[in-house]
Amino acid sequence: MTAIVRGSGGNPANAADEDVCLALGSMGSSESTISSAVRTETTFTVNGRSVRVELDPRESLLDVLRERLGLTGTKKGCDHGQCGACTVHLDGRRIVSCLTPAVQVNGQAVTTIEGVADPDGTLHPLQEAFIDNDALQCGYCTPGQVMSGLACIAEGHAGSDDEIREYLSGNLCRCGAYAGILAAVRETARRPNSPSSEG
Amino acid sequence: MRPFSYAAPATLAEAVTALAESGPGTKILAGGTTLYDLMKLDIEAPPAVVDIHRLAEIAAVDTTRPGEFSFGAGARMADVADDPVVRRDFPALAESLAKAASQQLRNMATVGGNLLQRTRCGYFRGGPVFPCNKREPGSGCSALGGLDRGHALFGGGDACVATYPGDWAIALLAFDAVVDVIGPRGARTVAIADLHVEPGDTPQREHTLAGDELIVRIRVPVTPSGRGSTYHKIRDRESYAFALVSVAAGVAFDDRGVVEDCRIALGGVATRPWRAPAAERVMIGERLTEATARRAGEVAFAGARPGTGNAFKIELGVRAVADALRIAGERAVR
Repeated sequence: MTAIVRGSGGNPANAADEDVCLALGSMGSSESTISSAVRTETTFTVNGRSVRVELDPRESLLDVLRERLGLTGTKKGCDHGQCGACTVHLDGRRIVSCLTPAVQVNGQAVTTIEGVADPDGTLHPLQEAFIDNDALQCGYCTPGQVMSGLACIAEGHAGSDDEIREYLSGNLCRCGAYAGILAAVRETARRPNSPSSEG
Repeated sequence: MRPFSYAAPATLAEAVTALAESGPGTKILAGGTTLYDLMKLDIEAPPAVVDIHRLAEIAAVDTTRPGEFSFGAGARMADVADDPVVRRDFPALAESLAKAASQQLRNMATVGGNLLQRTRCGYFRGGPVFPCNKREPGSGCSALGGLDRGHALFGGGDACVATYPGDWAIALLAFDAVVDVIGPRGARTVAIADLHVEPGDTPQREHTLAGDELIVRIRVPVTPSGRGSTYHKIRDRESYAFALVSVAAGVAFDDRGVVEDCRIALGGVATRPWRAPAAERVMIGERLTEATARRAGEVAFAGARPGTGNAFKIELGVRAVADALRIAGERAVR
């Protein structure tokens, strides 16, 4: 069964196991503006759930996640690929969703911060480590930091403090919680089941 | 952002056809990290976009053939930067990618698209409030007499002093790479040295490819000086920043320890990737010492033409060349 969600009100989290189809969503642009462009049907998964959206090719993945799918955990900072707040995983690799035209992710799997904790609400160990290490103040960059930190560990780029700093340099934190972020990623990378702890 | 039509051909042949049939102003979209960014700023406004970012045919990396590495234009920067063979046999190439952008952007951006990224000149990116001959030919250049700390020491003129921002092309230039290109009029090969152009009177024109031509692969001759190489990048912050000065350097010694091959190319200081052949000649036949390396740096920057706020990059560049040669020399097989 397919749930038809119009506009911005639909939240896939409320749609049980149904696919979500968004027809003619209109957040962020007026209908008259976007009607001049040909819409492209795009299908992808978000946190394991299949999504089908009719897209204006101008729409960024970030805007589609936030404004049309209601997944506002992914944050818009600079909107130009410079701050990392919008980091998500695409087929398991971290990218910035602000510089990704959503039409490009057709057939691919997107993971956002909403897909990181267990469905029962148990936080991921990296999220727990962020809390334990005071790795945030205002919290705005945190979803991007967590997504980037998870990828950094999975890539095997969390072998030393210098390496972690280098591979997290794409995520800015204007509160300056870097010391805590570094500690959280280091601690999580060294857990027994983490990719970086192997060998 | 202006509306545009979007096509995502499934094969290279379909992409070539789509580009042949496309109208003027059509742009090729790969990783999107430059083009889509500039479309958001209304600096690029293509009426049509042909998306090639998932053409598997042009994404392969081949480091197994003797004498030459081949990088499909669609390969991601991160994959080439992390390739163990490239890291071992051609560190300048791997480092030029690893020291560029962030891991997120390196996962998106392609090694073909990277070559054609546009300048980070703030006046160019700043939009119509600033005259810019590159963005709006004939409107003037705000950087001349303006804030030019990041601007070019080489290859500029009265029309434009915007710096070529890339790293990868600098390393490729030092090692005589070529790009294979395909288009409606067939295939051809272009030397990296002939890919980018100085602004002259037409700063809006940055390279020699036609709008309907597509880079399919980059090929680099494997040399001993590639093994003894580095990409030394000086930035305002240690990571995730464009180069103030960068140096791609390679060195090979003969069995007496004398330099028999030397490669030096500069980034962050010129309007296009900038080779320094006179500096290379300084090293040939010499031993690599602090003094000879410093002299090569001085020769490399001898023709620099600073503006009002970027003269500091001359001494910085001289030292960067000397340091790059030392690092390269330590890696060279003796």
